[in-house]
Amino acid sequence: MLFELEGVHVRRGQRAVFDDLHMAIAEGITSVVGPSGVGKSTLLRLLNRLADPDRGVVRYRGRDVRELDVLELRRQVALVAQLPALMDGTVAEAVTFGVRLAGSTPVDVEELLALAGLTGDFAPRAAARLSVGEQQRVTLARALALRPEVLLLDEPTSALDAHARSAVEDTLLDLRRSVAVSLVVVTHDRAQAQRLGQHVLELGDRTTALA
Amino acid sequence: MTAAIHLSTAQVAASLALVAVAIAISLWQRADLEREIGVAVARSAIQLIAVGYVIDAIFSSDRIAFAIALLAAMVLFGAFTARKRAPDVPGAFWPLLIALGLAAAATIGLVVALDVFDATPRYLVPVGGMVIGNAMTAAAVSLNRLGDDMRTSARDIEAALALGATAAQAAGPIARRSLRSGMIPLIDSTKTTGLIFFPGTMVGMLLAGAAPFDAVRLQLVLLYVLLGSVAIASLTAVTLSHRRFFTAAHQLREPAE
Repeated sequence: MLFELEGVHVRRGQRAVFDDLHMAIAEGITSVVGPSGVGKSTLLRLLNRLADPDRGVVRYRGRDVRELDVLELRRQVALVAQLPALMDGTVAEAVTFGVRLAGSTPVDVEELLALAGLTGDFAPRAAARLSVGEQQRVTLARALALRPEVLLLDEPTSALDAHARSAVEDTLLDLRRSVAVSLVVVTHDRAQAQRLGQHVLELGDRTTALA
Repeated sequence: MTAAIHLSTAQVAASLALVAVAIAISLWQRADLEREIGVAVARSAIQLIAVGYVIDAIFSSDRIAFAIALLAAMVLFGAFTARKRAPDVPGAFWPLLIALGLAAAATIGLVVALDVFDATPRYLVPVGGMVIGNAMTAAAVSLNRLGDDMRTSARDIEAALALGATAAQAAGPIARRSLRSGMIPLIDSTKTTGLIFFPGTMVGMLLAGAAPFDAVRLQLVLLYVLLGSVAIASLTAVTLSHRRFFTAAHQLREPAE
């Protein structure tokens, strides 16, 4: 199993986001659906330890995430946030941001842009001047540069029109085929979850997720 | 040095005429600052008279331990005061205390070691006071900026953390901006000194009858000492504070609700 969550409790202020959540996420493409405020983004943050639960255990490939090197975990389990961030400089600089932090070997920016559905012509352009949809693809390429085993995608098409949304969905499905990365995709769109999903998990008003 | 200037209490009281002007402007423009001006005038008089007695006693005793005790008290009070300017920085007092203490000790220690000033209360107290005052302002500005930027840039910081950045890497650009914010005002005033304004020490020496180049030399020494002290204070305060926004697992702490 890719991820397992056992007895997870998360409170934010006075509100319980998760109250004894149990969940298992398998390899492949998993869509996580549920209404706004139910904790979908919080779930992704638990999976790569941007946050820890107040109680309970999160396991990645059978090991408690707290036992793993957190920086290495985040490179293996890369999160692509809902809205693009860190868009200073050129697209090429944005794409190589994560690998430069890690001091890793150079990457093929054009190949990464192609995987994210952009042409190499984008590399020298100012990232901040791209459309939101293009920026989202740049953030996807930036995460792929880390050669992750899992991509966590938080509402990857929320800011896009229907045409662009369909293109991103095709890109994600291609990624799964071409680089064998597992995807955990948070979406409020059940139809999208069905289109993408080998697995669909539903976060309800309460705590239990259905596999 | 030459004979000191002497002002009578009546002459000091006469300068209150300018305070009356400030209050009149506040009333006229409905700026609602009369009370603030009154408090500022009263506090400045009480505090300076009190510290005048303290300095007089320290100078009379000529014991360096008393001078160091006074400077330590100023560091402590400076850290308390600067903390209020950084409400978004968790636990800002200790980084500020260390920053001001380090800035004072390093700069005063260096100028004494280089034989710029004698290690006597007559030099240490006024120079230390200037160093601590400027270091406090710079550290407070730096931490104020740090708190603001950490809050408004949370999304960028988390994006960096999510890509495997350490807390120091994720907060690096903000820490650098905060450091610059603390240092730039003094750098700018150092650039324009003598052109747009005469700095206080030089004015004081000229009023006291010193030769202009004696005043210039002392002012230059103090400006350079202050540049060093604000750099040390800002760097120390920012370095010790930015880590407080993160957990040991390189997670951004949620702002207090």
